[in-house]
Amino acid sequence: MSDTILEVKGVNKRFGGLQALSEVGVHIERGQIYGLIGPNGAGKTTFFNVITGLYTPDSGTFELDRKPYSPSAPHKVAEAGIARTFQNIRLFPDMTALENVMVGRHVRTKATALGAVLRTRATLLEEAAIRKRSLELLDYVGIAKYADYQARTLAYGDQRRLEIARALATDPKLLALDEPAAGMNATEKMSLRGLLSNIRKDSATILLIEHDVKLVMGLCDRVTVLDYGKIIAEGTPADVQRNAAVIEAYLGGAHKPAGKEAA
Amino acid sequence: MTLFFPSLRDKPAAAFAAMCAVGVVLLVLPFAAGYFGNAWVRALAFAALYVMLALGLNIVVGFAGLLDLGYIAFYAVGAYTYALLASPHLIGNFEAVAAAFPQGLHTSIWLVIPMGAAIAAFFGVILGAPVLKLRGDYLAIVTLGFGEIIRIFLNNLNAPLNFTNGPQGITLIDPVTIVGLNFGRTVDIGFTTLPSVYLYYYLFLFLMLVTIVICIRLQDSRLGRAWMAIREDDIAAKAMGINVRNVKLLAFALGATFGGVSGTMFSAFQGFVSPESFSLMESIIVLAMIVLGGLGHIPGVILGAVLLSIFPELLRHTVVPIQEQLFGKVLMDAEVLRMLLYGLAMVFIMLYRPKGLWPAPEHGVNPAARPGKPQTA
Repeated sequence: MSDTILEVKGVNKRFGGLQALSEVGVHIERGQIYGLIGPNGAGKTTFFNVITGLYTPDSGTFELDRKPYSPSAPHKVAEAGIARTFQNIRLFPDMTALENVMVGRHVRTKATALGAVLRTRATLLEEAAIRKRSLELLDYVGIAKYADYQARTLAYGDQRRLEIARALATDPKLLALDEPAAGMNATEKMSLRGLLSNIRKDSATILLIEHDVKLVMGLCDRVTVLDYGKIIAEGTPADVQRNAAVIEAYLGGAHKPAGKEAA
Repeated sequence: MTLFFPSLRDKPAAAFAAMCAVGVVLLVLPFAAGYFGNAWVRALAFAALYVMLALGLNIVVGFAGLLDLGYIAFYAVGAYTYALLASPHLIGNFEAVAAAFPQGLHTSIWLVIPMGAAIAAFFGVILGAPVLKLRGDYLAIVTLGFGEIIRIFLNNLNAPLNFTNGPQGITLIDPVTIVGLNFGRTVDIGFTTLPSVYLYYYLFLFLMLVTIVICIRLQDSRLGRAWMAIREDDIAAKAMGINVRNVKLLAFALGATFGGVSGTMFSAFQGFVSPESFSLMESIIVLAMIVLGGLGHIPGVILGAVLLSIFPELLRHTVVPIQEQLFGKVLMDAEVLRMLLYGLAMVFIMLYRPKGLWPAPEHGVNPAARPGKPQTA
């Protein structure tokens, strides 16, 4: 029997006169790495923002781990168990790497202002647990030695890793990554690939938006291709790669040899 | 401790000794200042009061990054809470109150401080709720308006029912009384006598220390991190599961609480309150204290508050005599010179110490400088 982690159906989203998403949905099984690809402007990030509660959809049904969830506010989505990263990194730049990850533990902890002021035993224990777990996560993504550096001083690839560590700190069921390999060089991409495989093995299912076809094809179990806000193909990477509609979307039709470039 | 003595981070004994030394200095300070006259002790007491105010505003502006130009309104709310509950004003104007309190209205400080705090916190939420979605300049303008609304209300709530006595203010406010010790009178402690201002200095010093401890603990907590996260990037903070609305409201409420408590103390200390003590200029001065000292950094905020509250006293005592000596007459009023110097100080701060006189220490050096190919975001 299939073990569904995310089931999203019939999402529509309109911005003024632009139908950004029409009847988009995904079905992700636990333990998969699921790719979402498409040319620039296809609606990938819009879809991402809808399922993580940043945009309100016009319609759609949403189920996480077989429980309906309402993507009405980002913090509720995070609490339900979807953690995300951003296409253009959004860390807390003046906080240290460790503090960034500790913020991720916020949603799984519950110390109050009063507890903090009185330094109750429960608060101190929880604080120690947050610190320990955050250090573990920094170590897991391989940047433990930069724990006390301000996030903005980290190298680009390390900032990406830190963002992933921060997302993992929320104990997500589904980790949603928006172009994690963007701007990385070949070596960094290789090690990112190793990290993502580890995450899949150890904890979370991954939903991945990516432009790097090689990374997607090598890593993903299934892929959905979007173009102009519609799903044009869905299947294993190998199937999708041979799909005529996908080839046309990326390279243009046979009658338009100088069509749109692959982004 | 290491927050104030970062260089003694690895020497807890030395840091402890340094703290003790500071403690002793703070305890004997009023006697040194008192040598030059009680006005200086009074200035020190006000400095402690301003430190409390500045630390409260620092929660809103420094920690949570919400620019608040109407902060003094909470100070006013606290001050009027105490003024109304511990002065003959309400009894003189409302027969029902007079009948209810035949001995006069003298509410205990133990009741007034929590009430002042709670009412100010309530006003903090009232201000916070409608401005949740605003940021930067827009937030500043709305909070500025809020501060003025409170002041104008205090100015005009004297008719048809006289609640605040309008611009004349409320007089004959009870001094603080704690377990029978009346802070309004000189106390004999055996080898010397302590005038009222000394007592208030020690009271404010104590409250200031409590405020500092609370602020440090809040800063290092789950809530403190959430505040900083929304200051740095509120969309990322939301995506990390922080309920931005609640956390912002909590910042407004807690910041207002400190303002309210300082207000009650101000009221008791002065024995008189009027709306003109709570003008926009006061809000700006408190904001200037935290910006000058180091936004979001507790030791910096304390430094800024002390400097900007003592400085006008220094001017007041030096400007006129110096001018008389030099020119034989007074060319420039101390008040005028004060504003001029504030402006100059701000310009120099912006140019040479944009993060304040005592900013938070930078963590780490740039690891992008290590061998390999760093890329910038």
